[in-house]
Amino acid sequence: MQQLLKIKSKQTVALDTVEMVLENKAVSQIAVPGQFLHLHVDGHMLRRPISIADADPSVHTVTILFKILGEGTRKLSTYQIGDVIDVLGPNGNGFPLVNATKNSVLIVGGGIGVPPLYYLAKKLTESGVTITAVLGFQSKEHVFYEGEFEELGKTIVVTNDGSYGETGFVTNISKEALPSIDEYYSCGPLPMLQAVKERWNNIPGYLSLEERMGCGIGACFACVIPTDDHGGYKKICQDGPVFSAEEVQLK
Amino acid sequence: MSLAVELPGLSLKNPIMPASGCFGFGREYSDFYDLSILGAVIMKAATMESRFGNPTPRVAETSAGMLNAIGLQNPGVKKIIATEVPFLASFSIPIIANIAGSTIEEYRQVAKAFQHTDQVAALELNISCPNVKEGGIQFGTDPFMAQKVTEAVKEATNLPVYVKLSPNVADIVGMAKAVEKAGADGLSMINTLTGMQIHLATRKPVIANKTGGLSGPAIKPIAIRMIYEVKQHVSIPIIGMGGIMHAEDVLEFLLAGASAVAVGTANFQNPYVCKEIIEQLPHTLMQYSFSSVKEAIGKGIV
Repeated sequence: MQQLLKIKSKQTVALDTVEMVLENKAVSQIAVPGQFLHLHVDGHMLRRPISIADADPSVHTVTILFKILGEGTRKLSTYQIGDVIDVLGPNGNGFPLVNATKNSVLIVGGGIGVPPLYYLAKKLTESGVTITAVLGFQSKEHVFYEGEFEELGKTIVVTNDGSYGETGFVTNISKEALPSIDEYYSCGPLPMLQAVKERWNNIPGYLSLEERMGCGIGACFACVIPTDDHGGYKKICQDGPVFSAEEVQLK
Repeated sequence: MSLAVELPGLSLKNPIMPASGCFGFGREYSDFYDLSILGAVIMKAATMESRFGNPTPRVAETSAGMLNAIGLQNPGVKKIIATEVPFLASFSIPIIANIAGSTIEEYRQVAKAFQHTDQVAALELNISCPNVKEGGIQFGTDPFMAQKVTEAVKEATNLPVYVKLSPNVADIVGMAKAVEKAGADGLSMINTLTGMQIHLATRKPVIANKTGGLSGPAIKPIAIRMIYEVKQHVSIPIIGMGGIMHAEDVLEFLLAGASAVAVGTANFQNPYVCKEIIEQLPHTLMQYSFSSVKEAIGKGIV
């Protein structure tokens, strides 16, 4: 569906990383963790898919975070409180929320892949699941939402250059530093997802994928991912962006 | 105000149709509005067997446009006829099937396959896809090959054939005349222009296929110019396309010589765009003192 969302607040939470709280009753009521909004940015041909970082139906808000990486996100970052954004969504399917018997979940986020995992972690902890979060960033000035995750469970921050928290990659965290895990959820850059899938290949996991999109609703076939070697595929915008780790081939 | 247009095999209640490849098989857009308001619909390209298409990224935004290299991903003509055509037929609008192939023989077979349904009104012959290694544009940039494939498809089908021309040629009039001579019932023009964008941070082309087809408002003046030139040298009708965003653009295409238009890239930005253009078109025609669509066709040629 097409909706207009009004910017209620806006702040820079890390280097080139903007958080916007948007107001829209319908979207706040139906958004589930893992879904995305397809935002129209004035003067740009294609919409920008941005994941939902939080939703609060009691005050009719949804939160998005985005990184300024190009002209579109730069323009979006200049929007002011009170401005209205034309949005398609919430699009796609969210993370399947684990059932009550699975009570220890690992959350692995990388960079701008962290935001959808926040909304997910909130929903999981509300239903009694214990979460452990491993959040990777390039360096200290890119870190965001550490405090927000700490309120929900044990949180380990990793920076590639070691300027904050642990050093290296999210997959470097030793087994001893983590509790026993029933399932994992991950979102981040493709090399990270590949490493995550490999490291925790013995437990069920869900990955949220990103890709350059056209329509964002499943019509244009821009954002497909292979599911096998025989031409099988899924559309990230429509069938995903969340997939079970076994379901998709990460190239 | 009459929006109706009669073309070979197509009785259009209005001249607006979604362009091939920009509307899938209509399912997703049917969630936004009732597709029965459309003048017609052009399906995503069909090949004989299913195709996966190109690696990703497949799209990139440009100034006033986009590049795409999907690579003709489709489930194959049999599946399209079995599942997609009946879905679109439920809206009671003329269906145009876009057909593609790697060889003349494949084009012929796909055209023949559409003889097995009575729910397709016309074929759009895709000899201009810039994003596949074999077929597509190699037929669309050589008048002799274009003529050969058009003749083969005409022999294989009873349906009217609209040949979709590539703008990636030096002599668009020569191409148009070659396919008219080969029996084309109409022309579709233009397909995308081959382009490239290089990502600064990675120093590599953004699109995995390296090159992609440029579409959107950036190419509209090229489409208008080519239709304007071709219209004066052929007697078959033209379905115009290339960067249409508004009803004013539709009128511009009609003035250049198009008899109907297809809307492509704009659907990605605004899923309601075809509906909005259909609603606005009578007002735009009236504003510029036309009492029908037919009256405006070719009126810009001086």
